[in-house]
Amino acid sequence: MTRTHWFAVRKELPHRSRLWLGVMSFLLPLAIWSLVSYVPFVWHPKMEIIDPGDVSYFRPGMLVDRKVFAKESAALQNTGGALPQGKRANPIYLPAPHAVAKAFFTAFTTPPKRRNEPWLHESLWQSIQVIFWGFFLSSLIGVPLGILAGTYDVFSRLFEPFIEFFRYLPAPAFGALAVAILGIHDAPKIAIIFIGTFFQQVLVISNTTRQLDPALLEAAMTLGAKRFSLLFKVVIPGVIQQLYRDQRILLGWAWTYLIVAELIGSSSGITWFITQQARYKNFDNVYAAIMMIGIIGITTDLLLARLGRRIFPWQRQPAQV
Amino acid sequence: MTQLQLPSYLDQPPAVKDRFTRLKQRPVILKVDALGKQFDTPQGPTTALQDIHFQTHRREFLCVIGPSGCGKSTLIRILAGLETYSSGQVLLDGQAVNGPGSDRGMVFQGYTLFPWLTVKKNVMFGLERAGKGRTAAEEVAREWINLVGLEKFEDSYPHQLSGGMKQRVAIARALATQPRILLMDEPFGALDAQTRARMQAYLLEIWKNIDITIVFITHDLDEAIYLADRILVLKAHPGEVQELIEVPVPQPRTVEQFLSPEFLATKKRLETLIHPNRDTHENVGEQLHMVRMVPLDDSVSSIF
Repeated sequence: MTRTHWFAVRKELPHRSRLWLGVMSFLLPLAIWSLVSYVPFVWHPKMEIIDPGDVSYFRPGMLVDRKVFAKESAALQNTGGALPQGKRANPIYLPAPHAVAKAFFTAFTTPPKRRNEPWLHESLWQSIQVIFWGFFLSSLIGVPLGILAGTYDVFSRLFEPFIEFFRYLPAPAFGALAVAILGIHDAPKIAIIFIGTFFQQVLVISNTTRQLDPALLEAAMTLGAKRFSLLFKVVIPGVIQQLYRDQRILLGWAWTYLIVAELIGSSSGITWFITQQARYKNFDNVYAAIMMIGIIGITTDLLLARLGRRIFPWQRQPAQV
Repeated sequence: MTQLQLPSYLDQPPAVKDRFTRLKQRPVILKVDALGKQFDTPQGPTTALQDIHFQTHRREFLCVIGPSGCGKSTLIRILAGLETYSSGQVLLDGQAVNGPGSDRGMVFQGYTLFPWLTVKKNVMFGLERAGKGRTAAEEVAREWINLVGLEKFEDSYPHQLSGGMKQRVAIARALATQPRILLMDEPFGALDAQTRARMQAYLLEIWKNIDITIVFITHDLDEAIYLADRILVLKAHPGEVQELIEVPVPQPRTVEQFLSPEFLATKKRLETLIHPNRDTHENVGEQLHMVRMVPLDDSVSSIF
């Protein structure tokens, strides 16, 4: 057999197939979305009124249920009035792909409704800052603590039981408390992201630190390494590459706390934009904003992965996601 | 088959005998006295090692051999200070061994090179821990890398090296800090036969030229005889010294000696010590409950 079978168990496919499948993984959902949006007989539960006819409350452009439309049409047929005209449409909360694609640009070019409100790029920048500070502060304490707990049993026994308990407390539950303590601006939001990330972070980092091959520590000891040189010259360099990978995953988790965090106190950032646009029923903008979060997330991750390959030249295999 | 007439492994040629007399007059480097080690297991306390006595002299090559479970790995880990012992004592140059230290270099079966350091930095590791400056450490490291013939790879990372090369780096790394004794725990066990033979030759060459005493654990009888001045044979459950054999094969060793009468006699002795009731061909067949599964009229009905 010269090439890998498509369904070979745990065998890597050739490079071209992998690339192709990667593209497909994005194209498939897009295709389903397009199918539902552009093929009129797939789903389309509403009727968009083109000509109201003699139905008193129909207006052009209005969306009504197909059932209602049929009922009114049937009633008019009996009385002999002018029939309403309409075409099948999807609910307003499912815009078509092209509308969302357009919103990607118009959302940035449309000025805010009121002068004191931020533009979209300003909202996004605020969100990124909240994430950054939440994650940065969490890492500042969580990473060293995790490394200590993974290296010394005394720290592990002292910290981990409490952290293990605390990580089950949902971060949003601290919202009201955070506002009471830290005010209504960015500080409580950063605190929520901190709480959501920190406790997982300590446990993940300590677990990774514990994965270090103990034989390396033994080898180092027979070479004369003691206490602190064991920590700084063996443990940390030995696990740093895996810690970097953990941090990438944890950063992804931090993003998932963003929306909740931004709803706390005065709504802000991209969440403010999303709720605002949903209120005006600009669902194309809502989808565009949600996707922007995804795009920012995956772009940072890909950049960090690439950076990781540069910093850690000794790694055995290409960075795993 | 005619039985090959072998001399006794105790018969030493005069040159060998003379060499052992001189060897035993050299200063004692390592002295192990009434060493014992008990483990606590869920089934109760187990004795891993019991009343181990032996000593090695300066620049001696000692092999430790024994069946699996005889505690030979535990023994070398105790010597390295990586494991505690329950009774007796271990003296290095008359000083009790207490914890790991750079006076006892160790080479492990699993290479244990630091994957994040280049070959050169790996060799520099121990030197820097000993307080040598960067440039001084680099210079010494280079010498050792040259000595094991890896100067072209000094900036490579361990994952770019073959198993044999990795183990050469590990040996250079362990020797760079100039330990009194080199402990080797089945260092060539993971290598293929050819690489292993080459590594044995390398090691003998290094040993000849450097002031180093070697304690080498192996389960390969040929390896033990080829390398060792003396072989410490352990037996299992509990781990005890069975015999300390003085290898009657003259030094310096060559590959041709594998078929010499002294070599074969020593091997025969080791065989009887380590596999006292070896499975004979007949009872293997019985143990497996073999039945003929090839039809008698098959086109290849017999392999003979």
